[in-house]
Amino acid sequence: MIEFILNDRKIATDQPSGALLLDFVRYEKRLTGTKIGCREGDCGACTVLIGSWQNGQMKYEQVTSCLTALGNVHGRHVVTIEGLNMEGMTPVQQAMVDESGTQCGFCTVGFVVSLTAYCLQPTAPSPQHAIAAIDGNICRCTGYKAIGRAAQKITEALAGKDVAQPVDWLVERNFIPTYFQLIPDRLKAIRPRKQKQPTGIVLGGGTDLYVQKHDELAHRELEVMADRPEWRYVRMEGGFCRLGGGTTVSDIATSDIFQKHFPRLGDHLKLVSSSPIRNISTLAGNFVNASPIGDLTAFFLALDAKITLTEEKQNRSIFLKDFYKGYKELDKKAGEIITEISFHIPSPNSHFNFEKVSKRTHLDIASVNTAALITLREGIIQQAHISAGGIGPIPTYLHKSCAFLQGKPLSPKTIQSANDVLQAEISPISDVRGTKEYKRLMLRQLFYAHFIGLFPGEISLKGLLEEE
Amino acid sequence: MKNIDSTSHVTGKSIYLDDIPILQGTLYGAVLDSPIGHGEVVAIDYSEALAMDGVAYILTHEDIPGENQIGGIIPDEELFAEKEVHFQGQPIALILAESEHIAFEARKLVKMKFTEKEVITDPREARAKGRLIIPPRTFSLGNTAAAWAQCAHIFEGTAQTNGQEHLYIETQGAYAVPMENGHIRLSSSTQGPTQVQRTAARVLGVGMHRIEVDVVRLGGGFGGKEDQATPWGVMAALGAFVLNQPIKVVLHRLDDMRMTGKRHPYSSDYKIGLSEELKIIAYEATFHQNAGASADLSPAVMERTLFHATNSYFVPNVEVTAYSCKTNLPPNTAFRGFGGPQGMFVIEAALAHAARELGVEKCILQKKNLLKNGDSFPYGQIADGVGLSQIWEDLEAKFDLKAVEARVQEFNAQHEDRKKGFSLMPVTFGISFTKTPMNQARALVHIYSDGSVGVSTGAVEMGQGVNTKMLQIAAQMFSLNPSRVKLESTNTTRVANTSPSAASATSDLNGKALQKACQALQERLKNCAARHWGVTSADISLKEERIWVKGKATDMSWDQLVDMAFLARIALTENGHYATPIIHFDKTIEKGHPFAYHVFGLALTEVTLDCIRGTYEFDSVKIVHDFGKSMNTAVDTGQIEGGLVQGIGWMTMEELSYDQAGKLRSNSLSTYKIPDIYAVPGEILIEAFETEGTEMAILKSKAVGEPPLMYGMGAFFAIESALRAFNPDFESTYDAPFTPEKVLMGLYQSSQP
Ligand SMILES: Cc1cc2nc3c(=O)[nH]c(=O)nc-3n(C[C@H](O)[C@H](O)[C@H](O)COP(=O)(O)OP(=O)(O)OC[C@H]3O[C@@H](n4cnc5c(N)ncnc54)[C@H](O)[C@@H]3O)c2cc1C
Ligand code: FES
Ligand code: FES
Repeated sequence: MIEFILNDRKIATDQPSGALLLDFVRYEKRLTGTKIGCREGDCGACTVLIGSWQNGQMKYEQVTSCLTALGNVHGRHVVTIEGLNMEGMTPVQQAMVDESGTQCGFCTVGFVVSLTAYCLQPTAPSPQHAIAAIDGNICRCTGYKAIGRAAQKITEALAGKDVAQPVDWLVERNFIPTYFQLIPDRLKAIRPRKQKQPTGIVLGGGTDLYVQKHDELAHRELEVMADRPEWRYVRMEGGFCRLGGGTTVSDIATSDIFQKHFPRLGDHLKLVSSSPIRNISTLAGNFVNASPIGDLTAFFLALDAKITLTEEKQNRSIFLKDFYKGYKELDKKAGEIITEISFHIPSPNSHFNFEKVSKRTHLDIASVNTAALITLREGIIQQAHISAGGIGPIPTYLHKSCAFLQGKPLSPKTIQSANDVLQAEISPISDVRGTKEYKRLMLRQLFYAHFIGLFPGEISLKGLLEEE
Repeated sequence: MKNIDSTSHVTGKSIYLDDIPILQGTLYGAVLDSPIGHGEVVAIDYSEALAMDGVAYILTHEDIPGENQIGGIIPDEELFAEKEVHFQGQPIALILAESEHIAFEARKLVKMKFTEKEVITDPREARAKGRLIIPPRTFSLGNTAAAWAQCAHIFEGTAQTNGQEHLYIETQGAYAVPMENGHIRLSSSTQGPTQVQRTAARVLGVGMHRIEVDVVRLGGGFGGKEDQATPWGVMAALGAFVLNQPIKVVLHRLDDMRMTGKRHPYSSDYKIGLSEELKIIAYEATFHQNAGASADLSPAVMERTLFHATNSYFVPNVEVTAYSCKTNLPPNTAFRGFGGPQGMFVIEAALAHAARELGVEKCILQKKNLLKNGDSFPYGQIADGVGLSQIWEDLEAKFDLKAVEARVQEFNAQHEDRKKGFSLMPVTFGISFTKTPMNQARALVHIYSDGSVGVSTGAVEMGQGVNTKMLQIAAQMFSLNPSRVKLESTNTTRVANTSPSAASATSDLNGKALQKACQALQERLKNCAARHWGVTSADISLKEERIWVKGKATDMSWDQLVDMAFLARIALTENGHYATPIIHFDKTIEKGHPFAYHVFGLALTEVTLDCIRGTYEFDSVKIVHDFGKSMNTAVDTGQIEGGLVQGIGWMTMEELSYDQAGKLRSNSLSTYKIPDIYAVPGEILIEAFETEGTEMAILKSKAVGEPPLMYGMGAFFAIESALRAFNPDFESTYDAPFTPEKVLMGLYQSSQP
């Protein structure tokens, strides 16, 4: 039995954990405000809010209901547009009307829901946050400018928001209905789901699973990572950072530890999928999906991370770079689950960068991506961990290039020579994301970009191109 | 007035096709389509699919009582393929089941065998093999052959524009309900209800009167639901007819992308000649339109390419020829601009090429050759009401073009890794359906006996705000509060024989028909009031729901007058009919006056390239646009912003891709990217060009649907200019879109690893 609160109604359903939230709200409950545009997480027409009780507070996030399994909403508050509507219009709705942020209207509910998620964030409002909240919503009619103006108006209306207690503040100002205030108590009454027998399919956020196997999963029971809240953490232990196997991308985005050690984290993660996808997708899911262009895989390869694989209480730990054996072929037994990810916190002499280029800069899969962690002491590269995606069948740790760089002085010459090694180490193929020639050139450029960005005093584009 | 649907949109209460409550016994359809690009059907085995629990029936060509034919302009397209398939995604059958899920699962069980035939995806190859949809057409003016001798400079080259996926966020769909006596009530997400009705009648072998098509609104259309909403509507109607059960067909996104046609890709050749003074003396172009496997609207799209081949320039000697080439792709179709943008791109490329070789800024060539009043278009219409030179000067002044140029130069001198560029993109777009008989519309107005008003027109609301404009007209004509007027759904039983909502002309045509209907009712009511007050009807006016006599308010309200008229047995219903005057076109000589008027404008686009990564951001697009007298600035501004961004998408990231076998590679939203909020220009500024407007436009408010898309072409040329600031050796092949891949390859054209 899956139990949750849908708007202000308690739901208890025997639908399988693999059934999709989108179909449930639209066709079971006839809440037709939530629209279907793609069923692949790429348009945002199906956006709903998910609220959960975390650390003594309700936390609301926008998610794509087309990729959200019912199993992932047990014990949570699901809010569709119908659950936001009140007597008059909310300030979000009003701003969208006043600024003509809606034309055909098919995308509009998704924008309203995402902008409401922005209002509910426990952070100070800013125009950048407002736009970031709608980074997963596509509109084909308006050209977004009017929506941007609406977002600006909403930000103004949020001036003075109580960041600690956003729900009360927003209820008072008619952003959300009053029933939101009673939700925490109602959620607490829902018991955690009992552990199910292994079903063979582990569900993280579902953002890969449902895109690939939508038809198969909707009628099945899955092993839901969210049923194991103890597997969702980010913590420091000695010099190590440890993350639970259920950790989402948004979890690291908001983690103090990550923010402290990766000053440009926000810029990097902004390039990965979209807010609603990051809110549910897990790091482990990205690793296991084994896409050659997985962004978080590239990110953690450069951190030289380790993963812990668990099966029936048996643990083993391997380097992520050893996890990939061939195209979608993993060093992983069918029943093994990633329960932990860990890496050494970079030293003050270590410099991290992540680069990604895609056809559309945001909410797009990389043509090529790469991450680098370079330890420099007195002008000498002590150690380099560099990964790249889109240039071979697996997410690649560039063993040879890393080895070449070790012990070399930081200079244009070193980097150019390293590029020669790198070019020999990769084998891109032409596909819809670019020709192999493009991918080669692109990786050279992004490889250069690491050094130009990390060591602007020493390395410049001109320097790298001139001395060729 | 804001879009009248905004409130229901933001609250999720607006009803789209998939939201219509489902009747008991409804069956759901999954379209079975061809997995190959071209071949003969050997055998199709439905037995396993039919045996699946919950599958009700599989509809094929054998079930068609009428004609298996849905071609609009040319009868060359089957509803369900019979003997031969011509493109991947061509419908073969409709699997009907108790749930959508079952229908889609059953589809996987159908076994198909074909003998494959040659697949052609390239329009030039199709032309070489004589595979044309219609014979080529040529528009000409002056004598290019003689003119080349007078040219100081001649440049030749090729230009390509790729297709474009419409990507309306609501996919195609229809819901058919059987009524008594074999009648069908069909809800369809279509821009052309009459086309769906006519085609369904033809396939079912019944009169059009037996098919009622109803459209509440679309979740976007952009041309993609002008002709291509028809197959799904007809399939649903056929299913309802055969099985006497309600049938719902809603395409999944991947099916929609695979099965429907898009903006036509074009591959073109140009030759342009200029005088010493940089005046264009002669221009020749050959357009190869990639029509796909059947005609659809391609002949009409091709015609508009010819109409707009010289864009905003006067060229005394022109010869432009277009070929509609038959390939094994889904039939390409209408898309905002309707072939016009593809024609304009080529002359813009020719001018950019000339400017590059001559070492002058492209905008100098553009400005020198702008069209003026009295100039002849190659199709014989004499340019009138042209504001281009003044628009150009307005833009230079309002947006300080000199400062922009200086800023770009300075930036480029100071930055190694980033370069800026700018471009100017003038647009001249003709308004009217180029097929003259389509320029007619009707509106049906009921004044109910309580004084409230119902309005039906042939216009389909798809976000462009046409219903809002219609409501404005009716409320204004009767001087009523807008809340007293209801815009009804678009329904073929209330307004018959309609043209599709397309060609930017919907508000003009339907609005003028509506004005006529309101006028007639107004006259009758005024006469009635005049009799009551013993004055002439000229003494009566309607203001704010009150009757005024000789300029003075009376105590008679609108409602009372309506009641009085009803009791006096005066007809309170009127059907207005409008047909655009003046326009004509003679295809035998390719001359005439096809357009009611033209819309003009100019866009200044600024871009910044990241020369390390090959990516780019548009800093701003600044536009001076000829609205005439805009009747709704909120709606019209929305059309400009939306059209511009769609055009930028077409020129930059939207990369349609088919493989050699005709398989769509850019087959989902994850592989076909349209602009998101971060991809749009940092700033879009729109200045209205002050004019009197034209009587040919509704309330002098010029059509605004399509023209802004073409401002987006400025994106291509701005990128080209920035790229050349980094790599002066770069020579563009004018192959749009300018994806980050092409940019990076261009930046490092001579220094690849
Ligand atoms: C619109 C959209 C945009 C995207 N953009 C990007 C992008 O920019 N960059 C990018 O890298 N990816 C992107 N993705 C892909 C996807 O979001 C990521 O790969 C994500 O991290 C997957 O995580 P998940 O939890 O959703 O995985 P799921 O779909 O839940 O699972 C993926 C696979 O991992 C397995 N699995 C999950 N958790 C575990 C575990 N703990 N132990 C063992 N196996 C497990 C599952 O069984 C499944 O095989 C995008 C996806 C969508 C839909
Ligand atoms: S339907 Fe497009 S994101 Fe869910
Ligand atoms: S308003 Fe039509 S898609 Fe956004």
